[in-house]
Amino acid sequence: MKHCWFHLMPYTELPDDFRDKHESVWVDIDSKLFDPERAHHMYNDHLDEMEFAADVGFDAVCVNEHHSNGYGLMPSPNLMLASLARRANPNTALCVLGNSIALYNPPTRVAEEMAMLDCISGGRLIAGFPVGSPMDTCYAYGQNPSQLRERYAEAHDFIKQAWTNPETFSFNGRFNQQRYVNIWPRPVQKPHPPIWVPGGGSVETWRWCAEMEYVYCYLSYYGFQAAKATMKGFWDEMDRLGKDRNPYRAGFLQFVGVAESEAQAKEIYAEPAEYFYDRCLRVSARFANPPGYVTEATQRAGVESQIAAAANNSENEVSNTSALPGIQKAQSINEIRKDGFTKNAREFDAIVDNGYVIIGSPDQVAEQLREIIHELRFGQLMLLLQFGNMTKEVANNNTKLYAEKVKPLLSDVWSEWENHWWPKPMSLAERANINDTNNILAAE
Amino acid sequence: MTEPIENYIEVSGYKCRVWSKGKGNRIGFLPGFGGLPKWIPFLDVLAEDYEVVVPSIPGFPGGLGHNNYDNHLEWLLAIHDLLQESKLLDSTTIVGSGPGASLCADIAALWPSLIKKLCLISPWGIYADNEPMADPWAQRAHEVSELMCDNPELWDNLKSEPNGKKSVEWPIEQSRALEASARIFWPLGNTGLEKRLCRVCCPVLLLRGVNDKVIPKSYMKTFSNNISGETTTKEINKAGHLAELDQPEIVAKEIISFISL
Repeated sequence: MKHCWFHLMPYTELPDDFRDKHESVWVDIDSKLFDPERAHHMYNDHLDEMEFAADVGFDAVCVNEHHSNGYGLMPSPNLMLASLARRANPNTALCVLGNSIALYNPPTRVAEEMAMLDCISGGRLIAGFPVGSPMDTCYAYGQNPSQLRERYAEAHDFIKQAWTNPETFSFNGRFNQQRYVNIWPRPVQKPHPPIWVPGGGSVETWRWCAEMEYVYCYLSYYGFQAAKATMKGFWDEMDRLGKDRNPYRAGFLQFVGVAESEAQAKEIYAEPAEYFYDRCLRVSARFANPPGYVTEATQRAGVESQIAAAANNSENEVSNTSALPGIQKAQSINEIRKDGFTKNAREFDAIVDNGYVIIGSPDQVAEQLREIIHELRFGQLMLLLQFGNMTKEVANNNTKLYAEKVKPLLSDVWSEWENHWWPKPMSLAERANINDTNNILAAE
Repeated sequence: MTEPIENYIEVSGYKCRVWSKGKGNRIGFLPGFGGLPKWIPFLDVLAEDYEVVVPSIPGFPGGLGHNNYDNHLEWLLAIHDLLQESKLLDSTTIVGSGPGASLCADIAALWPSLIKKLCLISPWGIYADNEPMADPWAQRAHEVSELMCDNPELWDNLKSEPNGKKSVEWPIEQSRALEASARIFWPLGNTGLEKRLCRVCCPVLLLRGVNDKVIPKSYMKTFSNNISGETTTKEINKAGHLAELDQPEIVAKEIISFISL
């Protein structure tokens, strides 16, 4: 079992009346709410938290890409990872989950930066290729939603070829044409770093991950209950394709709050959880479903993205301009009725009851996690142990308790399976001594 | 209201529906935002005096293949072929609304000799920083109806499935139409048409609903000032962006009067 410490790096000081006075945390969020001097502290606190997580033994630290929002302050996750590549525990894998590759023309930049990160870290990179949220890609970055997935597929092919083709080559794509592709640096890991793909519940994504031997990551904010159908669909598809049931093929994200007792956990984690679900997921329905973002096949299957789910369940009604007028909403409501929970919980009791956030003593948390790990069958567990406006002190305490008291209780899980999707770094002995203050060049 | 004749043609290997109705000189219509999932009264009024021919833009209801086109040149060639296959490029009058109007204007700019007269209802294709066109792809449900029509029920009726059915394909077809318009016009509605308008040398009637919430009034002036041919601008009272839905009789009569000149 791999325990990956995931950070959204939220803006932690959105006002108490944010939901009442602001329509969206994304795209057109009021810039007056952003205080750069406070953000200086937030960035450094967040990076401290990630370094701390690496120090206490998490298997990986994870960053991701978002734009024009107060939900996650990482327009460039590669910058964050560059810092961590130098300062974080050298035994910790570095996961960028990832770069929204359709946004980069040419995608050479992504191939280069990820190769840089793999070199700096000595081969510890996990490369994530998300399509990206509609708010980030189509509204904040102006990408055409009707071309987004075509551009994503092409950028993927470009980057893979840039990493693996030893020759200088020409790339003649629909959207990207480049006479000379020959990236320097090249990744340490051969043929390339492991690739993880965050996705919703589309059959096309599951098939593609299986075909390419990538990890499929279901990044759910709505916990175990909401993920059951999706993960079952994933494994059914793996069975149909004749793939083995290696749990490391799948990743899952879970909010967790550990304390000495359940009562104490409720006291500590109520405010940051409510902050996250009330303010950080305050996404206007106007920006949730640009036409073409959801494929027609996915529309037919009635699958909603996490963001669409959040927006659909806000008081904003779903737009007729969205890709899912009628069908998806109806089906999701049916699912909700069937499963007996509501997706729009913003108050702590409901957040916990619905399983969005798992809280409790270490034993209680481990027991709940063990259940969902087996029920959903995944080997790459991504943990949000800092969420909402949680302070560094609380986040570090949560992280420490998890590392010391929860993680060991799960050490036996999936020990019979090999994780083929984990970085294969240079040995420590081969790597540069990055803390060496002598005048010896690291490259010598 | 009787049903139109329905035929299909191929554009770049994809089927596109062509509706026609009426007798007399031919007049073409390229629809506005969302396309035409149904025949509308405006076309019936025109069909009293003309043979009205309504080809479906690829991706709009009745048309497929929008994902085939990656840039504006490819789109304009497709629209050229669509009009040609619909026998609308033999000195006929072409009417377009919103995105359809923008494409008509581009065809007239690229092939000036092929269009006799143009009628553009609240055309897209240009953008002014000081008066931005509304974002039709970032709206809530009730806002779309209000954005499109002075009487929002007309949009809702156009977009509702006939006979109270709830098929899976109907909403997907409506969604596809919005995607197709986004594929051409995302993100600002600006295709750089303003630079090409000087090549439009046929007579042009410019119509805009007084209560159009999508296209600012000043855009009509930009069209009028830049088109080389003679232009006439008329405003339609009690009409929004899709003036042909709000005021079918008045819009049709303005067009008929313009053609008759």
